[in-house]
Amino acid sequence: MTGKHIARRSLLKWLSGLFCLSAFPLRAQLADTLSARVDELTGGQTVTTGRVVVDTPRLADNGHSVPMRLSVDSPMTAQDHVRSITLLSPRNPRALMARFYLGASAGRAEIVTRVRLNGTQTVLAIAEMSDGTFWSGTAEVEVTESACLDAG
Amino acid sequence: MSVRIAAALVQVMAFCALSTFANAADKAPRSGIEYASAELRAMQADDFANPGMLWVARGEKLWNAPAGRDRRSCAGCHGAAEKSLRGAATRYPQTDRASGRFLNLEGRINQCRSERQDAGVLSYESEELLALTAYVAHQSRGLPVAVVIEDSDRERLTRGREIYYRRQGQMNLACTHCHEQNAGKRLLAETISEGHGNAYPIYRLEWQTAGSLHRRLRACYFGIRAERPPFGSDDLLNLELFLADRAKGLTVETPGVRR
Amino acid sequence: MVARVQLPASCRAGEIITVRLVIQHPMETGFRYDVRGNRVEKNVISQLTCRYNEVEIFRAEMGSGIAANPFLQFHTIARQSGDLVFEWVDDRGVRGEERARLLVTEA
Repeated sequence: MTGKHIARRSLLKWLSGLFCLSAFPLRAQLADTLSARVDELTGGQTVTTGRVVVDTPRLADNGHSVPMRLSVDSPMTAQDHVRSITLLSPRNPRALMARFYLGASAGRAEIVTRVRLNGTQTVLAIAEMSDGTFWSGTAEVEVTESACLDAG
Repeated sequence: MSVRIAAALVQVMAFCALSTFANAADKAPRSGIEYASAELRAMQADDFANPGMLWVARGEKLWNAPAGRDRRSCAGCHGAAEKSLRGAATRYPQTDRASGRFLNLEGRINQCRSERQDAGVLSYESEELLALTAYVAHQSRGLPVAVVIEDSDRERLTRGREIYYRRQGQMNLACTHCHEQNAGKRLLAETISEGHGNAYPIYRLEWQTAGSLHRRLRACYFGIRAERPPFGSDDLLNLELFLADRAKGLTVETPGVRR
Repeated sequence: MVARVQLPASCRAGEIITVRLVIQHPMETGFRYDVRGNRVEKNVISQLTCRYNEVEIFRAEMGSGIAANPFLQFHTIARQSGDLVFEWVDDRGVRGEERARLLVTEA
């Protein structure tokens, strides 16, 4: 790859990043790999970006175990709460990583766990609300190979 | 008489020379956790989130469980580990006076099992040995590494030091090249630590499980493409002794969490 | 299976408490090979539930995307003193259970 190509790709990437503002529906931002998965989950309904925060380190220590906090901005009342949060990966061998079911009894829509990430990627979390709407959040994580290979 | 004095003088001079060489950096040692990310530090510090504590929990169960022909538990002789074994791990590896064998913690646990409990010897990296070693070492958490180099262990210390500074493997590297000369610098995306053994057994994210110091040392041998010494071998024990001596000033952290 | 649960020592009714669980389990992905070159079969904890005084308050469907020795933290509103019961099953059908008592004082 020549320097010129790298510069052009970086510019395109930056421009498309600008394009993906939070007001836009998720579909406009998704790689094809996950669109089908998201449709399965939502039944084709629109997913709005927002209210879901995926908190995870920018650079993972090791792809085998990456700490991740999923939180959803929701009053968690009987009338208005999070039903479930689904975690999807565009790069893992299995796109569907996990699904967590909550409910008003949770009080707070927040889950912490540790995930496996098969390389640098943008993880996607989709929350299904009690009113039937879907909301999403993402996080970019850099995942590198171990510097010194360990044969076990 | 003069021969003995001369021999003693030579021994002292050689020791001083080697010590100077060994303490070339001459800085206080820093534990691997200080070179780790904020996430890893948090994971180790939180006794519930620390996966190594699962092995400590299992170790506690094994400590109290009857074993061997006479159904005798560790607790049967040692009582509560928090009392009887507090500080024990800081003094390993060491020569067992009774048997003359040079033992690390794993070796000591196995010696107890075979000679006092008439129970089978546990293999390195087995769930049981990792759990018991983690439980025992954990009783010394927070205490400074305090290995004592007896006269009978001097030879082993010398051999361990010699391994540490010897170029090995296809990459022709010695431990010192990474862990002394380049500690704190990056290797790809990782920061090289000083390679101390004060947190073992550790939970290593790369292994997705807990493991012993010998497992980690063998991984380093593989890293430089050198033939790996067997678990429990003299080479690894001697290296373990040298590392313990080098880690004086650090506290035991077991169970450590490393990437 | 070794598992540990962490709950607050005590809490008041109506308080949102933090519940933590960690289970020793390899969460085997099915993509690894053993020393002989044979694939290690997939085995993950696929279903996990938490019931508080018999009522389900949390459920997780997990895959190989969850790290080994799964760690879960979530919340629930403390109501009455009672048991939190965790139950799970892995791909091999091996079941696990862990219980912990929650002490709830009047608000």
